[in-house]
Amino acid sequence: MANITMSPADAAAVQGAPSVRVRSYWQNVGYRLRYDYLTLFFGAMVILIILSAIFAPLLAPMDPYQSSLINRLKPIGYKDFLLGTDELGRDILSRMLYGGRISLTMGIVPVLIATIVGGSLGIVAGFVGGRTNMIIMRTVDVFYAFPSILLAVAISGAMGGGIVNGMLSLTLVFIPPLCRVAETATSQVRNLDFVEAARATGARTLSIIRVHILGNVLGPILVYSSSMVSVSILLASGLSFLGLGVTPPEPDWGLMLNTLRQAIYINPVVCAIPGVAILITSICFNLVSDGLRSAMDVRL
Amino acid sequence: MTVTENTRPSQTLNAVDRKDARDRGGDRQPMLIARELKKHFPITGGVLNRTIGHVRAVDGVSFTVMKGETLGVVGESGCGKSTLARLLMHLIVPDSGDLIFDGDAVGENDGLSVRDMRRLMQMVFQDSYSSLNPRMPVEDSISYGKKVHGASEQEAKEAARELLTKVGLDPNLFGPRYPHELSGGQKQRVNIARALVLEPRVVILDEAVSALDKSVEAQVLNLLRYLKQHFNLTYVFISHDLNVVQYVSDRVLVMYLGEVVEIGPVDEIYARPKHPYTQALLASRLSMDPDDRIEEPPLVGDPPNPINPPSGCRFRTRCKFAEKICEIERPVLGEWLSSEAHVTACHMFVPRSGHSMANEAGKPEAAATVPAAAMAGED
Amino acid sequence: MTAYILRRLLYAIPIALGVSIVCFALVYIAPGDPLQTILPEDASAETIEMVKKAYGFDKPIPVQYAIWLGKVLTGDFGLSIATGRAVTDDLFKALGNTMLLATGAVVVAFSLAFVMGLVAGYHAGGPIDRGVTGIAVIGVSIPNYWLGIVMVIIFAVELNVLPATGMGPRGSDTFNFWEWDHFRHLLMPLVTLSMIPIGIITRTTRAAVAEVLNQDFVETLRAKGLSEFEILLHVVKNAMPQVLAVMGLQFGYLMGGSILVETIFTWPGTGFLLNKAILTRDLPVLQGTILILAMIFVATNLVIDLLQTMVDPRLKRS
Repeated sequence: MANITMSPADAAAVQGAPSVRVRSYWQNVGYRLRYDYLTLFFGAMVILIILSAIFAPLLAPMDPYQSSLINRLKPIGYKDFLLGTDELGRDILSRMLYGGRISLTMGIVPVLIATIVGGSLGIVAGFVGGRTNMIIMRTVDVFYAFPSILLAVAISGAMGGGIVNGMLSLTLVFIPPLCRVAETATSQVRNLDFVEAARATGARTLSIIRVHILGNVLGPILVYSSSMVSVSILLASGLSFLGLGVTPPEPDWGLMLNTLRQAIYINPVVCAIPGVAILITSICFNLVSDGLRSAMDVRL
Repeated sequence: MTVTENTRPSQTLNAVDRKDARDRGGDRQPMLIARELKKHFPITGGVLNRTIGHVRAVDGVSFTVMKGETLGVVGESGCGKSTLARLLMHLIVPDSGDLIFDGDAVGENDGLSVRDMRRLMQMVFQDSYSSLNPRMPVEDSISYGKKVHGASEQEAKEAARELLTKVGLDPNLFGPRYPHELSGGQKQRVNIARALVLEPRVVILDEAVSALDKSVEAQVLNLLRYLKQHFNLTYVFISHDLNVVQYVSDRVLVMYLGEVVEIGPVDEIYARPKHPYTQALLASRLSMDPDDRIEEPPLVGDPPNPINPPSGCRFRTRCKFAEKICEIERPVLGEWLSSEAHVTACHMFVPRSGHSMANEAGKPEAAATVPAAAMAGED
Repeated sequence: MTAYILRRLLYAIPIALGVSIVCFALVYIAPGDPLQTILPEDASAETIEMVKKAYGFDKPIPVQYAIWLGKVLTGDFGLSIATGRAVTDDLFKALGNTMLLATGAVVVAFSLAFVMGLVAGYHAGGPIDRGVTGIAVIGVSIPNYWLGIVMVIIFAVELNVLPATGMGPRGSDTFNFWEWDHFRHLLMPLVTLSMIPIGIITRTTRAAVAEVLNQDFVETLRAKGLSEFEILLHVVKNAMPQVLAVMGLQFGYLMGGSILVETIFTWPGTGFLLNKAILTRDLPVLQGTILILAMIFVATNLVIDLLQTMVDPRLKRS
């Protein structure tokens, strides 16, 4: 029988194959990222920003809550205040370091939750299709019909300020777009023959989603949610700026910007400092997300 | 070797020479009986997206597949061949009709569950690229089915590696690779291995070699022949390539617009086609002989719209023998259950059908010669 | 195509209803009884009962929704808790001011961004492209409320050439096109608001132009001997629908997303109105404003979709 299988061409197919090093998709992504120095640089920046927020108690030169009547609104470099003081005489550098904890949490956590919730909803909608898809996607469409900041303001405006309400409203803002991305990616993959082939083996739906769908839709979902982090940070600070997110005296970049705004005629440069932190963080996250997108070769 | 050669080695190998422990009804019982399978896809449209019609993709298809044979399925693209394959696998649930697998009704309470049926019947898809998960080493794609049915990681991996060897791929070299690192032929070998991992009795090959280069196609056909004998398989071989079907099949089923127009042993069909459509199809084959060229296309125009097929015989709009009766009455296939029968759904072959060419015996007067000659364009 | 247009119109109805339900629900997700915001804290049980009846809070929620929807459809958004005036009056005045700002910002953004995107896309991969892409990234990353403050610091505080806040002298809240001073007040909010659309439209234009340039027909045009300028015209024609769609979308976003900028510049638009409503917990104003802004967003999307269908010959057929 062996002589039937081993026609000369077959033998060539077996032997002539060059021995290549096989990389999985994710290894490939990692490989491409390793040589994308711009993304690596901004990735390092992001890590630095996150670390400085985590280790704020160690890094902060002063107590961020310690106010002082005589040291109000001092300029950059006044005494030990490296970045000056705010309207209550608190050290701005320390408040910025501590503020990063809240601002980053409010920016990242809603996107994480929305990725899990919205992503799962989208995958289910895309895979199951039919009526389930219609119910999920039409509901999502309703929330999609609000501009993001308006929805965030509406929900946290109605529920009142506070970090939890702010994060809740941001989560609700990001679930619809993530759900859509996941649904689109899933319904594209679902119609490919390999999913059909998996069904033909008698595999159950959950197994197919876990083994065959997830690996193929995770890329677009992750790229999209990474691009949402910067938006979320801007929105979170925006909410705090409006007095909806963080409540005083907690330090938060957006809230600091708001309270310092009253002092623009006295000490203009100091007033602008918290915004620089938001800007740099947002740029870094944006560029890392762009790098991820090209490394994962995803078109959104 | 060329596929146009008229030797058909598969016929010499088709006898069930080893007893399959899973066999129930014996050699005489068909492996598969499909009875009146029907699938209409709704089409939506209009302002409210309501159903405004149905595509009659498969419209009452009946046939048998004998144990150990290769049943070729031919027809133009869009005639419902691929839908038929998916109906057999229950990837698409039929609107109506029965499927009987070695005596067990599929999907019915006292019969065979769909899940069990899928262990016994597997499918190889046409598009070798999209039928493999791009994010998975091909070894895992093969072993997945095994794991689904409860095999351990190690067992499944072993089975996958063994099958890779069987389909002519070195498991050490190809197992860890991703689909984009394989050629079309190699991918199709992997697809075949994947279909075989559950040790099925029936394999449906849906245009499995159509997308391949001719030389690769021949290799894969050889491989399929070897596997069939080695694993004691039964094939349903779907293709639009008449030469390939002639080469591999024991019996042939001809489809037109979701219906079976003719079924019979391969030699019978190719030597003495009955249905005008089969005759036209065969006449449309390109000849290697320059003196035997086709000068007129035997079939003109596109097939009619399957949403709104012609009344009576669906081929009548393109048939030169069409008469009044063809418009009024839908011709039936006749005794399709028998494996030796050569039957056709054409009024010319039904005694006293009302067609001028039908006679008492159910043989059209001179139809077997005249149309064939006319079709071939030899005036 | 008519069927598609009709279907798209019909499809907007459930979305609009959904939006109205969300807005209606805003009052109910507010902490505590919705009555609390209306009643004084020491209200007697009788007063509470009376007010409940008067506002229809004693009826089941779906009925309340139906009554509310009926009023909204006739333009009755209730009374502002803070001012006692009808919400509609303040809302529509503010709407005009926001629309002016949003339109201006989108027009400014489009004129700048289209040119930048076109140049970047034409020189895709080159240093100009990288420069423009950098600007675009900053545009979408910049917190525009911060940019507003920085601009106030520079132009109002330090240089003292532009007014820091308001729409015109003496707290004017209607824009007068014949008064130069109004334009001076408009300038900073306009620029601030146009930053995000500049970033987004630049990116879109760049991508669209680069993609069109990669298509085979451009090669054919070159082979025919067309000048680069003529080729660019073809490219613009092909990229334009996509860019205009994004521009329209941005208009919708700005209409609903100008709250931060309006707050900084105390521009008397819907965003400012919203901010005031949030600070005073004036739920009727909050609800009405959000409903109207969301409806404008839905309508903008609808119009863009329909226009795109009419422009795109590929969509026309189906």
